[in-house]
Amino acid sequence: MVEGAEPVVQARGIVKIFGQHRALDGVDFEVRPGEVHALLGENGAGKSTLIKILTGAYQPDGGEVLLEGAPVRFSDPLDAQRHGIGTVYQEVNLLPNRSVAENLFLGHQPTRFGIVQRKVIEARARDLLAGYGLEIDVKAELGSYSVAVQQIVAIARAVELSGKVLVLDEPTASLDRNEVAKMFEVVGRLKARGLGIIFITHFLDQVFEIADRVTILRNGRLIGTKVLSEVTATDVVRMMLGKDLAFDHGGVGVAEAMQGPVRVEFKSLGRQGKVAPFSLALHEGEVVGVAGLLGSGRTEMARLMFGVDPADCGEISVGGRVVNIRNPAQAVAAGFGFCPEDRKLDGIFGDLSVRENIIIALQAKLGWFRALNRDEQIEIAGNYAEALDIRAANHEMPVKLLSGGNQQKVILARWLAIDPNFLILDEPTRGIDVGAHAEIVRTINRLREEGLALLVISSELDEVVAYSNRIVVMRDREMVAELSGADIAPSVIVAAIADNPGAKVTAEVGA
Amino acid sequence: MRRIDWRGALLRPQFMALAAVLGINWLLFPGFFDITLQDGRLFGSVIDVLNRGAPVAILAIGMTAVIATKGVDLSVGAVMAIAGAVAAVLVTGGSSAIVAVGAALLVGLLCGLWNGILVTYLEIQPIIATLVLMVAGRGLAQLVTEGSIVTFSDPVLIFIGTGSLFGMPMPIVIAAVLAIGATLIVRKTALGLLIEAVGVNRSAARFSGISSGLLLVVVYTFAGFCAATSGLIVAGDIRGADANNAGLWLELDAILAVVIGGTSLLGGRFSIPMSVVGALIIQAMNTGILISGFSPEFNLVVKSGVIILILVLQAPMTSQWLRKRMSEGKAQ
Repeated sequence: MVEGAEPVVQARGIVKIFGQHRALDGVDFEVRPGEVHALLGENGAGKSTLIKILTGAYQPDGGEVLLEGAPVRFSDPLDAQRHGIGTVYQEVNLLPNRSVAENLFLGHQPTRFGIVQRKVIEARARDLLAGYGLEIDVKAELGSYSVAVQQIVAIARAVELSGKVLVLDEPTASLDRNEVAKMFEVVGRLKARGLGIIFITHFLDQVFEIADRVTILRNGRLIGTKVLSEVTATDVVRMMLGKDLAFDHGGVGVAEAMQGPVRVEFKSLGRQGKVAPFSLALHEGEVVGVAGLLGSGRTEMARLMFGVDPADCGEISVGGRVVNIRNPAQAVAAGFGFCPEDRKLDGIFGDLSVRENIIIALQAKLGWFRALNRDEQIEIAGNYAEALDIRAANHEMPVKLLSGGNQQKVILARWLAIDPNFLILDEPTRGIDVGAHAEIVRTINRLREEGLALLVISSELDEVVAYSNRIVVMRDREMVAELSGADIAPSVIVAAIADNPGAKVTAEVGA
Repeated sequence: MRRIDWRGALLRPQFMALAAVLGINWLLFPGFFDITLQDGRLFGSVIDVLNRGAPVAILAIGMTAVIATKGVDLSVGAVMAIAGAVAAVLVTGGSSAIVAVGAALLVGLLCGLWNGILVTYLEIQPIIATLVLMVAGRGLAQLVTEGSIVTFSDPVLIFIGTGSLFGMPMPIVIAAVLAIGATLIVRKTALGLLIEAVGVNRSAARFSGISSGLLLVVVYTFAGFCAATSGLIVAGDIRGADANNAGLWLELDAILAVVIGGTSLLGGRFSIPMSVVGALIIQAMNTGILISGFSPEFNLVVKSGVIILILVLQAPMTSQWLRKRMSEGKAQ
């Protein structure tokens, strides 16, 4: 970072109002050339709103944006890009079915007599990517490469088109350890070239690893901007939450609580090509954690239990009675709930209101002709929104306007509303900020204490250890271990996952 | 219950468009709003708009539900022809009118069921699945009528197309009953919400325990029923079944009516009454062009112009712009 250098982009006293809600209230922010500036805050703190104003997607209702000292007003993100501010999002929005080279130069291909010069494009693409330490076949389809490579291509394109400021909006959310390292190497090179980089993430350790300064927002207000070498992680978390974290991370495992009767039992449940037959009984007031690598059969097991994919062998019993579950409707009728991993795709009804999203499973269970009237719906939605502390301006707004953490709580509320016997949570804390994360974990513990049986799939070992009574380990589409008591420890789980010498632990890494 | 904001509702672009079209008609033809009572039946241009608009309005009722599930039904015009043909052939063959009407409606239900099964269980895209019956249906209708126009003089069938109840022409009565009935059913039961949920996100609907398959079949079957009803009205009106021309291109008018009514082709939120208003806008334009003395060739061009205008008016961008202008106006 160039100390005391003039900021390349600066926001002064930014105000943005949506309806009655002040999404941003007098926020100052700046990025200097050659600086990585992390932007942190809980969901709904105003990070994305600030970025959208800096990149021209929104217009501020107050305050001003300065580019190299001069006030600017971008009409849209393309305009911002022309002025030097490029953005890369968590989901790569390039064309997966076109070549890497075409993606890099789409919209500004070098042409001669109006004909695209393919050879020139490919040569330039190779040169360009070499500058990022990436040597790949630029003629291959972008979609054939890993997300990490696609991200780097997206960065290269953004830098090529803009060149002063690069906004990275949660670029590492879907990357594994090695890929993150690769990405950070690229960020390091760009920093050395004097770009100002704005880095948004939920991972604190990454912030300390790569960023020079951090700006923290809370509820649309600026809490502070700090030089990272002068603060600790605890300081940052405290600034983000305005309080100390209320759950002890990685504490002692939950005491064995199998005193309750068996609530749900799966006997030799399996499906050819998906999951080898497994047996598992869950007791009242018990949380069973599921650990395993991506693709180990964790999600497939949950889908089988919930009838999303019908099992081709085995049986399911609830409270000792055998039930037939061939589809999710039957699972819901049996009192099962399922919070899927992909919230946007399988969970929320974006255009429907918060209220409707909360009551929909209960209504599906009640059937077509026993409609909940509007007052009942308002009552139910209000109760669960309060119990789970869902933060929405009102319950009539479309759920898609809520932050990720609040959307997750809406789906949780949807299942609690049916008064479930058994709840499956697939990666309930993925892509959720620290505060909402702690709340979800607290909710899991509270539901256990209330006597619910839960199955929680998570890649965060510390987290699984913190709330599970038992842990089952999946590997190669098979349930390979069941851990309880003192065995509930990250080291034991890792050993169980890696037990098989042929296990493809690195299968998901790299291009 | 929800309090309805009548003033806000009447300021919707659809009502403004309808008022504008009716106003223009009135300017072109000062007697437009005159209504007279003759032989116990109401006559007048406005009544004519309602009467002529009824078949498309009925199609639009069924189409609204289909479109709300993110689908579309291109076969309704052909189903009209089939239903008319079945009824006409049965009464000319000596069956009673009750049997003929029942059979025609049953055939409509079966056509809808067929569409629903193709869409739901064979997972064919709705536009293709219903295209099958759109093309084949007219052939089926021709097979039923053996290629000729089957005329009949059965009083009950003719009454459906041209009779009147309490002074109101039957097509208007039938359309009104269906529109009110369907609206009550979807809003008083959970069907409306579940249809919207399936339209917004079918995968999430499945994960929430909604039996979307059955729901889709019911929706397409209902669209088939509406089409058959509409087909009976058209057949009764011309006292015969014309397999080639009955309901021709009306599926497109019905889709248009739904879109003008504000239901998105992407599925989700829907309103049956607003689709009926959409159908009336289309018919008011047709009637206006007819009485203005322009040659009918102008009809299609003028219609498309007005439709673009209505769609622009109801676009979110426009309403934001209007609201901004209005609040600026108040501030001054």
